[in-house]
Amino acid sequence: MISEQAKQRMRNLAARYPVARSAVMPALYIAQQEEGYITQEALQAVAEAIGLTVDDVESVATFYTMYYQQPPGKKVIKVCTSISCYLRNCDALVSHLEERLHIKRGETTADGNYTLMTAECLASCGTAPVLQVNDEFVENVTPDMVDALVDEWNRELSAKRAASAQLSTPKEQKMSAPRTQ
Amino acid sequence: MPERIVTKDMEAPGLDTLEGYRQHGGYEALSKTLNEYQPDDIVELIKKSGLRGRGGAGFPTGMKWGFLAKNNQARYLCCNADESEPGTFKDRMLMEKNPHQLVEGVIITSYACRVSTAFIYVRGELAFAARQIERAIDDAYAAGLIGKNILGSGYDLEVILHRGAGAYICGEESALMESLEGRRGYPRLKPPFPAVIGLYGGPTVINNCETLSTIPAIIKQGADWYAAFGTEKSKGTRVFCLSGHVKRPGNYELPLGIPIRTLIYDEQYGGGILDDKQLKAIIPGGSSTFLLGADKVDTPLDFEAIAAAGSMLGSGGVVVMHEDTCIVGAVLRMTEFYRDESCGKCTPCREGTYWLTEILERLEHGHGKMSDIDLLMDICDNISGKSFCPLGDAATSSITSSIKLFRAEYEYHVRAGHCMVGNSHPQQEELLVGAQSLQAGAPAKEI
Repeated sequence: MISEQAKQRMRNLAARYPVARSAVMPALYIAQQEEGYITQEALQAVAEAIGLTVDDVESVATFYTMYYQQPPGKKVIKVCTSISCYLRNCDALVSHLEERLHIKRGETTADGNYTLMTAECLASCGTAPVLQVNDEFVENVTPDMVDALVDEWNRELSAKRAASAQLSTPKEQKMSAPRTQ
Repeated sequence: MPERIVTKDMEAPGLDTLEGYRQHGGYEALSKTLNEYQPDDIVELIKKSGLRGRGGAGFPTGMKWGFLAKNNQARYLCCNADESEPGTFKDRMLMEKNPHQLVEGVIITSYACRVSTAFIYVRGELAFAARQIERAIDDAYAAGLIGKNILGSGYDLEVILHRGAGAYICGEESALMESLEGRRGYPRLKPPFPAVIGLYGGPTVINNCETLSTIPAIIKQGADWYAAFGTEKSKGTRVFCLSGHVKRPGNYELPLGIPIRTLIYDEQYGGGILDDKQLKAIIPGGSSTFLLGADKVDTPLDFEAIAAAGSMLGSGGVVVMHEDTCIVGAVLRMTEFYRDESCGKCTPCREGTYWLTEILERLEHGHGKMSDIDLLMDICDNISGKSFCPLGDAATSSITSSIKLFRAEYEYHVRAGHCMVGNSHPQQEELLVGAQSLQAGAPAKEI
């Protein structure tokens, strides 16, 4: 569901730019915040707010890698694999994460908790190797740090699940196999 | 440590707030600009300072501003903060630690270029940098530093933060404008250049984040002061992003013209090669520039000297590789980047980067043929200068330069079926002997 408030924010953005069309990228971010990824409804809402066709909005959304075409995990881990991180052995980090999370790069865990991705140079070469979790940096990463981080996220995610279970009956979304992002 | 300009006071606590920035002389340059100078005076002053673009091409900044078409169309300024060149991490630091310095540079430049709407295009992945810039813009609006009648001068300006969403190509100026206009980031044909027909069809100036962050200091201390740093043609300082196999990687602001050796080995900067190994190769300006061999370590880091040595100063991303680096593997990794980031608009780049990666991959994994090495050179020749935008040229730099410098290593991959370096192959010495006998004329495995 895209809230009326979100739609209003999109319309405000369209009015702020010299040409309304320029608001398509920030509007897609707003839609993604609401839906978790770019759904058909998200495309529709952006198209209406900006005054474009749905196809036109979709052509923009599919060009940029940060607009997710499928639902990502609650924690999206992006490991930089470009040259400076490569020279600092980032490939070992990716393998370590693949083993720890039991998924391959590009996949999401069956419980929907984690998505593991590799990323192009994240502008943190001085503190390589580096990864991002939900867009926040973790720098000078070692395999031990990865283990500690995953333990911490596991605790955080199960605490959240317990808290939401107390509030309402959860609608469990079970998936049999890892999904490809 | 020499005088720092753009990274001055960078460690000061609270520098990222309006108040903290003001405590360190922030927005004094703006007030001086609006009180003492006409827009054209600022253009002349920057021309005199010798400042050249810090994004990659090194074009003189004041001259770029002077090229803006004189017509009655609305003019625009775009700050290119879409930092994504592999090996480059200065703009992220400048935005995270001193966002107001950039905002002040944007306001002064907008005034100089008679712009009434400016955009700061921040790379999508740099979420914290974008938040810092957004807060700086909001605070500057609230303090009357952006908006209507700035500091009572009668000058009006709107500044809009625009976040990218994961596309290296948007760092190319015409693709950046397409992206800002709400389209896929496909580059435009040039000419017309942005200074004539740019964003929304208006004359547009596009400057890199570090370039604009340097403007306030030049206004405050003068063109002559700035021009005293650096060399005759490459004036001022530059933030060098040192990464790879060095003991102390990081951003170091130094006058242009310091030797690569100083940056890598001086205890104040790189502190030497990791594990005291031998230097093998240097990428002087981000992965789009040509590799230099260890013999070029005394080359001064300025535009002219690096060009004379056979490469480009580019984005200032200095990547260091030591003796244990497999050149074929490193070049493969860099080429994968261009394959993934090619926008797909033109055939030489879209297809060429794909095939370059395929061939490098089979060479790296020991399935290559000797003829693949010349095939790589041939494909590079069919991309470089023949693709729609510089991304294609950039994709070929590491390949052609590494084949020129390290051809024997490529050949070794074909003959031995694995890397020439590293400890993972105990039988390496034995094979090396084999390779030598091959060179002496024995039949090769597969050529």
